[in-house]
Amino acid sequence: MTSTVRLDLLVLLIAFGPALHAADLRIALATDVTSVDPHFANIAPNNNIGWHVFDALTHVDEDARLMPGLALSWRAVDGTTWEFKLRRGVKFHDGSDFTAEDVVFSIERAAKLPNGQFAGFVQRIVAKQIVDPHTLRLRTATPYAMLPQDLNSIFIVSRKAAAGAATEDFNSGRAMAGTGPFRFAAFRRGERVDLARNDAYWGGAPAWDRVSFRVMPTDPARLAALLAGDVDLIEQVPPADLARIRTRADLQVAQKVSWRTIFFHLDQYRDRPPGVTDRAGKPLERNPLKDARVRLALSKAINRQAIVERVMEGTAIPAANLVSPPVFGHAATLRAEHFDPEGAKKLLAEAGYPNGFAMVVHAPNNRYVNDDQIAQAVAQMLARIGIGARVQTQPINVYLGKARAGEFAFAMLGWGSFSGDLALRALLATPDAARGSGAWNWSHYANPKLDALIEQAFATVDEKKRETLAREAMTLAIKDNAVIPLHHQLVSWAMKKPLAYAARTDEFTFAHHVRPR
Amino acid sequence: MPVTILRRLLQSILVLFVMSLLVFIGVYAIGNPVDILISPQADQAEIARATAALGLDRPLAEQYWVFLRQAAAGDLGRSFAFNVPAIQLILERMPATLELAVAAMLIAIVFGIPLGLWAGLAPDSISGRTIMTGSILGFSLPTFWVGLMLIMVFSVELGWLPASGRGPTVELLGVPVSFLSGEGLAHLLLPAANLALFKLALIIRLTRAGTREALLQDYVRFARAKGLSEARVIFVHVLKNILIPIVTVVGLEFGSLIAFAIVTESVFSWPGMGKLLIESINMLDRPVIVAYLCIIVTLFTLINLAVDVVYSLLDPRVRLADAAA
Repeated sequence: MTSTVRLDLLVLLIAFGPALHAADLRIALATDVTSVDPHFANIAPNNNIGWHVFDALTHVDEDARLMPGLALSWRAVDGTTWEFKLRRGVKFHDGSDFTAEDVVFSIERAAKLPNGQFAGFVQRIVAKQIVDPHTLRLRTATPYAMLPQDLNSIFIVSRKAAAGAATEDFNSGRAMAGTGPFRFAAFRRGERVDLARNDAYWGGAPAWDRVSFRVMPTDPARLAALLAGDVDLIEQVPPADLARIRTRADLQVAQKVSWRTIFFHLDQYRDRPPGVTDRAGKPLERNPLKDARVRLALSKAINRQAIVERVMEGTAIPAANLVSPPVFGHAATLRAEHFDPEGAKKLLAEAGYPNGFAMVVHAPNNRYVNDDQIAQAVAQMLARIGIGARVQTQPINVYLGKARAGEFAFAMLGWGSFSGDLALRALLATPDAARGSGAWNWSHYANPKLDALIEQAFATVDEKKRETLAREAMTLAIKDNAVIPLHHQLVSWAMKKPLAYAARTDEFTFAHHVRPR
Repeated sequence: MPVTILRRLLQSILVLFVMSLLVFIGVYAIGNPVDILISPQADQAEIARATAALGLDRPLAEQYWVFLRQAAAGDLGRSFAFNVPAIQLILERMPATLELAVAAMLIAIVFGIPLGLWAGLAPDSISGRTIMTGSILGFSLPTFWVGLMLIMVFSVELGWLPASGRGPTVELLGVPVSFLSGEGLAHLLLPAANLALFKLALIIRLTRAGTREALLQDYVRFARAKGLSEARVIFVHVLKNILIPIVTVVGLEFGSLIAFAIVTESVFSWPGMGKLLIESINMLDRPVIVAYLCIIVTLFTLINLAVDVVYSLLDPRVRLADAAA
């Protein structure tokens, strides 16, 4: 009899086993977490973990818009001084109180950590003044509107726990004390990160007792893990598998437009850009890409709707901007260029290329969703208006170096940014190392009017005015066809049925935003 | 024998030197790791600073010289991407890969030799033919596909085994292993079987061919004529003789199992060193690539040496001659 009872118990345990662990959540990440030190590598998977254990002064919502984090409010006292009012009564996981001292410590750590990649976000801060434990003033040398945005990248660590701590101390957990919704439990490099609920979280304790992030970079493996029930939620679902997941009764998909925008840079600084010739392969007299009519023609030749529907299987929207619709500085008045091969041919003829010309379409083949197929599709579309386009794709590690060295005339790039002026400054402001502008301006597009607008936006601390300026700058650049935008990617998550996820434009996967429902 | 071993080790140091030089030049030719590692928001000054911090602004020859000097002191450099010593990174992952490779090799040997022996003794029987047909499949099906099929059948459809990852580990002589717990074993089974498949087919074919050849030899006939039992003929006379080529192949293949477990590791999200290597190549994490290859070269050297020693024990005719030195 005893054995029957035991057997029954066993059956009960098996039948209701999962229910006992209902408050555990297992998430598959698509990229490897290289470290849990929040001030070391500025890459998405590391930051994703960082947002669970730590907070920043400013947070962003699902639409990548700034909102209060550990700072309740902030204002520009004068052109060069920002004042942050800090949240009261917040405790770190190590029990210490959160004060302005911790913020100053974190800013200094980010600035000084050897090989740290966050120094750029605090390098403009020339003075830090603690007015009282919950008021902090930060001064910049020149008016700088982006400081609250920049501080979104600086995780606040406990000064008590992290004093003198190196990256290893964070990886081992010794220094891992933040104010975030989850406490750090364990980090097994290349394998998983385990977290436990912070019951005292200022934003309300999350629904999950324990969360484990598993690293699964291979797409089919990640999907199989979800199908087999090894994990409850996966990020970055490959577009090809979305249809299949949607047909399953036990799974569902969350989707949102990502901040990642795919576009082509075009050489506008050299007279003889590499790979651009006439149809017979002879050099041209001048650089056709410098002619705005040619750039417009190339843009008109691309059928964005077809790329979105066929190549991207519906997981993108046609773009006329360098930032996606919800993002600060998106100019909604701009419309994606209409597919018009006839108009494109006319423009080419007007510009003096009735027979077109030849060039190479460059793209990476392992970075963006279906990047090499997009390049193939674009090349075929360009062929219709008489451009002999040859496709050359390379792995991203080879591609980026060559692009930076100026070996490409027509090259694909994907960009995600919190704001339009920030994106424009990196992508289309005149390259100038001293001012730090145009670091990714492979086109070497140079427009003094655009530069002036970006500078002005950067110095405008009034959010509304700044957004108007950012939109104006975006409109100017796109109307000039400085680059050829293709599409904004959509980002997808798949999860077991009762779960729901508040999908985010910044592509992060937050356990505290997964609802058990 | 000691002289032979010493000579082998000296040779491997030369190989290490040449290999590291080639990797240095190769990775340098691919691109600049800073381009991949740095945040897109970084401006020119920051890129320059990061390049300098990693020592990549110096000429290649100087970088290599710095590497050699540090390597001589036992330091193979810090990973660009992980910011921890490269050697630590690899040693951390090594137990997982070794465990997987040993499990796969065991599966291949435990099933391969008996099946091959059977197929060799009864080549025309239905069972013998079935084994040989099966081994063709083991040879020809791509590991990636088989791995996914195993997951689809045993994890997704039947739900018997977990689809991915490594189970909980316990320390065995200071090395974290996962095969001692039921859950760990369940996690190990599918990837090990997947990795074993190719080697299994190889061992079956080798054993079968060896058996068929040995059965025709005079010493087998003589043993039978002497009236020895069939079991003694097969397990002592035949098996011992055909083991010599098998040991060689198993030794060499074990090295390749460790070095190229990468596909299986990726499909099953197994946290081993193969996965680390691919990720490091993608990120141009040169210290890790160099350290990884140094370790693999050393492993290969040691395995080959072990094979030679075992060989000489199995076959009294083979001597590791010191005279030649």
